[in-house]
Amino acid sequence: MNGGADMGGMQGFGPVRHEGENEPKFHAAWEKRVLAMTLAVGATGQWNIDMSRSARESLPPPQYFAKSYYEIWLSGLEKLMIERGMISAEEVEAGRVLAPPKKLPRILTAEAVPAVLAKGGPTERPGDQPARFKTGDRVRARNMHPTGHTRLPRYVRGHVGTIELLHGVHVFPDSNAKGQGEQPQWLYTVRFEGRELWGSDADPTLSVSVDAWDSYLEPVV
Amino acid sequence: MAHDHDHHHHDHDHGTILSDVELRVRALESVLVEKGYVDPAALDLLIETYETKVGPHNGAHVVARAWSDPAYRDWLLKDATAAIQSLGYIGRQGEHMVAVENTPTLHNMVVCTLCSCYPWPVLGLPPVWYKSAPYRSRAVMDPRGVLQDFGVTLPDGKQIKVWDSTAEVRYLVLPERPAGTEGWSEERLATLVTRDSMIGTGIARVPA
Repeated sequence: MNGGADMGGMQGFGPVRHEGENEPKFHAAWEKRVLAMTLAVGATGQWNIDMSRSARESLPPPQYFAKSYYEIWLSGLEKLMIERGMISAEEVEAGRVLAPPKKLPRILTAEAVPAVLAKGGPTERPGDQPARFKTGDRVRARNMHPTGHTRLPRYVRGHVGTIELLHGVHVFPDSNAKGQGEQPQWLYTVRFEGRELWGSDADPTLSVSVDAWDSYLEPVV
Repeated sequence: MAHDHDHHHHDHDHGTILSDVELRVRALESVLVEKGYVDPAALDLLIETYETKVGPHNGAHVVARAWSDPAYRDWLLKDATAAIQSLGYIGRQGEHMVAVENTPTLHNMVVCTLCSCYPWPVLGLPPVWYKSAPYRSRAVMDPRGVLQDFGVTLPDGKQIKVWDSTAEVRYLVLPERPAGTEGWSEERLATLVTRDSMIGTGIARVPA
């Protein structure tokens, strides 16, 4: 989706406002609760990480730009739970329980937290298909504009780059976000010269590398 | 995207007025607890973990080891996931790691233009600016301009390589070891390693 989240190359947002090395980890107590709820409810297995990213990134751009990052997470969490019948929109607005809970196969207990965090969610999958590309191959990022979730940023689409790294076969977010399965594909790092992306006025010392799944790429002969 | 701190004008520290978002989050948490979806003790432990245990000191340990031990540096650059795991930093948002090395002729910088992908086990949670529109929009187009915002000026001819974390691979910059640190212990070297130097928006501290 060409949504608000796909920001690479947009202009006019102003300077980066950093707060130094000792920036507080949270800027309000509620942010901690949103982080923790997102991780804990995520661990109940009602959705995958791509669905969760998609829920945030499909916010209409005016909302996406207006919200702080943890507000975006809050909005994504509410949406995912409502979609799955875990809570209702009325319950979110009322702030109290109005209907019985959905039965969940598991919840995250405090005892399980260290192991769940240590395990993480690796996305590499076994695969015996050979890689279509090798290091040094020239490839074009497809000119595509899917309406659903994708991880191919707009600013590289249509541009030619070079295969730089091969990462093995990984879960494909575009299908996984839609509940259409993991459909694992080869994942590559593709390096683009700055001038290929931004034109002849661009910084000649710049290159930008993105991670791209096989179906995002076409060979350049 | 707005900065987080623009959004809580109310004086919640005095416990009198709660902002809309605070009220909404409190209410949501009480609903989730009452429905049995979350264990409040698990929420507290998650917060404690990312507030106190996981942070850039982990990454500084990795960098200082790489500066001190050439075999470890080689391993880190070849198989960062395994090399980082060997120091005990594993798990969520660090499942597939790649380390990229700054040199006198090359500067690396990491961004996630699409969201906020960041190597949690070695750097902790991302700072607000990393998730903000100014950084995400400009890092891939004008990284030298971004570096200026951080007070860093690179030599004109230095190559600059930006890594946009668009998949589940997470990148850690191995900064250049500052001059004048010959013979330093790993612990002492780690004090020179900043969070920003491992993202590539800064360089390591120079010894006084």
